[in-house]
Amino acid sequence: MSILVLAEHHDGQLADATAHVVAAAQAIGGDIDVLVAGQDLGSIAEAAAKLDGVARVRVADSEVFAHQLAEPLADLLVSLADDYSHVLAAASTTGKNVLPRLAALKDVAQISEIIAVESADTFKRPIYAGNAIATVQSGDALKVITVRSTAFDAVAQEGSASVEAVDAAVDNALSSFVGEELAKSDRPELGAARVVVSGGRGMGSGENFKILDSVADKLGAAIGASRAAVDAGFVPNDMQVGQTGKIVAPDLYIAVGISGAIQHLAGMKDSKVIVAINKDEEAPIFQVADYGLVADLFEAIPELDSKL
Amino acid sequence: MKVLVAVKRVIDYNVKIRVKPDGSDVDLTNVKMAMNPFCEIAVEEAVRLKEQGVATEVVAVTVGPKAAQEQLRTALALGADRAIHVESDERVESLGAAKALAKVVEKEAPQLVILGKQAIDSDNNQTGQMLAALTGMPQGTFASAVEVEGETLKVVREIDGGLQTVALKLPAVVTTDLRLNEPRYAKLPDIMKAKKKPLDVLTPAELGVEVASGLTLVKVEPPAERQGGVKVGSVDELVDKLKNEAKVIA
Repeated sequence: MSILVLAEHHDGQLADATAHVVAAAQAIGGDIDVLVAGQDLGSIAEAAAKLDGVARVRVADSEVFAHQLAEPLADLLVSLADDYSHVLAAASTTGKNVLPRLAALKDVAQISEIIAVESADTFKRPIYAGNAIATVQSGDALKVITVRSTAFDAVAQEGSASVEAVDAAVDNALSSFVGEELAKSDRPELGAARVVVSGGRGMGSGENFKILDSVADKLGAAIGASRAAVDAGFVPNDMQVGQTGKIVAPDLYIAVGISGAIQHLAGMKDSKVIVAINKDEEAPIFQVADYGLVADLFEAIPELDSKL
Repeated sequence: MKVLVAVKRVIDYNVKIRVKPDGSDVDLTNVKMAMNPFCEIAVEEAVRLKEQGVATEVVAVTVGPKAAQEQLRTALALGADRAIHVESDERVESLGAAKALAKVVEKEAPQLVILGKQAIDSDNNQTGQMLAALTGMPQGTFASAVEVEGETLKVVREIDGGLQTVALKLPAVVTTDLRLNEPRYAKLPDIMKAKKKPLDVLTPAELGVEVASGLTLVKVEPPAERQGGVKVGSVDELVDKLKNEAKVIA
């Protein structure tokens, strides 16, 4: 077997998710190549070459791949896929955008967001917001798979893979990049943070989210939010933790003013330790919390801040 | 321009699901079903485009069992002009659905196809992307805003870390994210009127398409239960437990 992993990268840096996807590839077994596609990729390719278990890093450096648009990226993957039995990517917004397009162009199924590898053709994945786990088996010659990166421990970075350029003649007449607005933050990325502090509807307003800042700074935490807080317009959607947002599994998850709707639990219930702070002692979040504090968050958070 | 909007019949999002004792699937007998929430957003966007005078006709389509006509009637009540039902009692996975939808696109030649980004049952997030691939269209996935500008569609996309804006050459496929719009409720007179709107039924065979999948569902099981822990009485106790018991903070 031979496996191609599509590297995830942002701002000239290899994203942590890639090391987790390589771990999933190792669980499948076989030769592992990593494809880095984009523009000006020198340091990203070097970082990918250090990932344990990677045989070869293939670099497709071209303006056409600069913004990871699905149309050219899928065409690139189609041109390479015949060399592989599996193509893997993180279940990020990039992976979810591109891999189904590749799968359809190759007339095979795509298996979304796997959390375990049973064998080279059989995988476990959550369905119904994580309220059931399906085991699925693929009979297709090519397996196209997105990987929930929090479900696999990252490989170490002591490897030394070869790096070679891919000569890809891909053009794109269908779509073009107009612009982007990325949230600027000195905090760790939500999906990779060791500690996450999330606020829910109980925060009351976007302004009130600021009271989480100091606690998050002291704990080196990322700040998340429930869908209710996003729907209420308190905070942007990229902070959303849940079935329709980001899936996180930090060492410590602190849910503040979050009731614990099914779809929120789907995004955080694999966290190692869960703390819930909510004034409603009946809130369902307490059923999954290791430590529950029934309190008014506007009193508890400043107090917590002063004691850290 | 003509807009095609795809909808899926799924378990109502408020229902707590049960896995069948034999582990073959989730138990859907006597369970309340509804239109997938992301599909409601798709229908709403199509209807708004018509209200703005951008769309001339909105056609709703679904692939699924006979009962899925309920969801087509809902789409008609919300403002779609007519509906197409590709009837199949088989388990249709994303690729099969995308193939059937691609045939409908071929027949109807819409300028824009809108789908939900994912269905809340299978949580796949694939069908729109696959349909775009099969029809050779560009895709604007996870959309939080769309705007037609002549032959181009501008789509603001929800991506990890923020928003990305892309320009797509029409015809194009869009999949909806949560913040695209807030769907309306159907009014009673519109529900009555929807019963008289045209609804065509087709089979995959009539469309010349094979909806069988290369995937086998081996088993379905409930997730590992997470046990609730303890209630702490104060912030001091919480900090103490996190430091000394869970050892997750220094």
